[in-house]
Amino acid sequence: MASHETPLDPVLDDDEMSRRDVILIAAGGFTAIGTAAALWPLLDQMNPDASALSLATTDVDLAPIEVGQAVTVVWRGKPIFIRHRTPEEIEQANATPLDDLIDPLARNVNLPDDAPATDENRAAPEREPWLIMIGICTHLGCIPQGQAPGQYKGEYGGWFCPCHGSQYDTAGRVRIGPAPENMYIPPYAFTSDTKIRIG
Amino acid sequence: MAHPSTYQPRSGAEKWLDERLPVARLMHDQFMTFPTPRNLNYWWTFGGILTFILVAQIVTGVVLAMHYIPAEDRAFDSIEHIMRDVNWGWLLRYSHAVGASMFFLAAYIHTFRGLYYGSYKAPREVLWILGVLILLLMIATAFMGYSLPWGQMSFWAVTVITNLFSSLDAIVPGLGTTLVQWIWGGFAVGGPTLNRLYSLHYLFPFIIAGVVVLHIWALHVPGNNNPAGIEVKSPKETVPFHPYYSIKDGFALLMFLLLFGVFLFFAPNLLGHADNYIPANPLQTPPHIVPEWYFLPFYAILRAVPDKLLGVIALVSSIVVLFFVPWLDTSKVRSTSYRPVYRWFFWAFVVTCIALGYLGSQAPEGWYLFFGRVFTIYYFAFFLVVMPVVGKFERPRRLPGSITEAVLGHAEQPRSRKREAVA
Repeated sequence: MASHETPLDPVLDDDEMSRRDVILIAAGGFTAIGTAAALWPLLDQMNPDASALSLATTDVDLAPIEVGQAVTVVWRGKPIFIRHRTPEEIEQANATPLDDLIDPLARNVNLPDDAPATDENRAAPEREPWLIMIGICTHLGCIPQGQAPGQYKGEYGGWFCPCHGSQYDTAGRVRIGPAPENMYIPPYAFTSDTKIRIG
Repeated sequence: MAHPSTYQPRSGAEKWLDERLPVARLMHDQFMTFPTPRNLNYWWTFGGILTFILVAQIVTGVVLAMHYIPAEDRAFDSIEHIMRDVNWGWLLRYSHAVGASMFFLAAYIHTFRGLYYGSYKAPREVLWILGVLILLLMIATAFMGYSLPWGQMSFWAVTVITNLFSSLDAIVPGLGTTLVQWIWGGFAVGGPTLNRLYSLHYLFPFIIAGVVVLHIWALHVPGNNNPAGIEVKSPKETVPFHPYYSIKDGFALLMFLLLFGVFLFFAPNLLGHADNYIPANPLQTPPHIVPEWYFLPFYAILRAVPDKLLGVIALVSSIVVLFFVPWLDTSKVRSTSYRPVYRWFFWAFVVTCIALGYLGSQAPEGWYLFFGRVFTIYYFAFFLVVMPVVGKFERPRRLPGSITEAVLGHAEQPRSRKREAVA
């Protein structure tokens, strides 16, 4: 235990700038930098690791999916909704004015960030019947219903999230909250007429 | 309460140790002779009960960790292995799971006790803040522990709660997503997530234990508040902690353990959710996700707000607001027993918390949503409007002159007068 009589360091107690201040500031600065550098690996180890990153792509053959059918595949551990939409569903999505949407952006990483949420921007390029999106509600990450036959699809005929009641239309656009954004379109491309590669 | 040490080393060995590390002196002064107000009621026994449960949770948890496997494909089976194969595994696991519920039950009673009797007021603000900190740590620990069985409710609770952080995307685009992927260790909740939740679930109880030590330290500087909410004026108004309160706390603990035992032996799954006995399925959300009962009021507050970011802010604020209670309450009187106006608002607040708990278990639609919003508004109004305003305008009842007067209804009679009466 330090005694109360311990004399204060005469130099440290000095208010005036001295050469020792330079050493103090430099030592303090390097300690801070060194601590931050040592801390970084401890934090960064939690980020997705090489094995998670290596699961980057998923190939899907669309040929067996009939009009009106939907399938769910897994990409990076996330469900990907693929729906082969009927002409009525496409028409319904096209008939919706953009002003009626909660989220006016397409949320399609294959397009510019500010692309509007038209059905064309949401659907597969030049293959409008196909809607391929990440099947995760943008509210708190639940998986909406509407893929399996007989499931409730919500008032807009798309998807319905059972957790907090968000509803999506036939283009996967949020129409009733609390979800703030349309379901996201993953990066994907057609590798042949009927095959896609996601990721 | 700072008081002169009464410890007397009785043997040479005790004297030797006392001069080097006075740990026996500390225990004697703080837990044997510690002067404690003589009017504490049974609501004051929950601190001891909570200490016991914390130790019990750590002991059962350490033992369970000897059998549990924190791997995505084996966690669920290892829990069933504990339940069926491990000697006494069912008892240890049910004790730990029911113990979590009992921990929150006792902590909530302890918190409401502090609120009712104004135990957060000067000079006990730091004591209160440390208590709220313990509550926050308990919430985090319980959430992480609930994820470990890796059933459907575990998995989707982790998904929903970690996604709360994605609401930060509304402030800085990309920040929330980056943070959530950092928490997950992947692009979705999975094996790496389970592993780190397990690691932290093992760590946090020891942090709690550390803060509990500070909490008790902060209690022993000013000493206990009491039901009258007035300061101890003389040593005659106190009794030594042991045996008076060690016995009282012990009796209360036994009563509490009876309740614990009823749940543990007769309804161990009553407080859980049946869906957690279905292995986690990342491709199917259960139709109705509900948290454990002790989180339901906060869940109701989250869902009462139609906006994602604001809902998360409301959820966080509902706990953070507790930190500011010592400064939000403007009344000079501690105990609600002497506050004729405030007491009505206080009991309305208790009803509000219970109502929010019920509403949190129901689907957020129609009247449930409407009342969820009404009670959420009152929850915050209680802290932000009632506490500052009522304290300023209320005329409190006359306080007793001393703890003795509060107990006996009159000041202690001087001895001489009693003798005269006899004569």
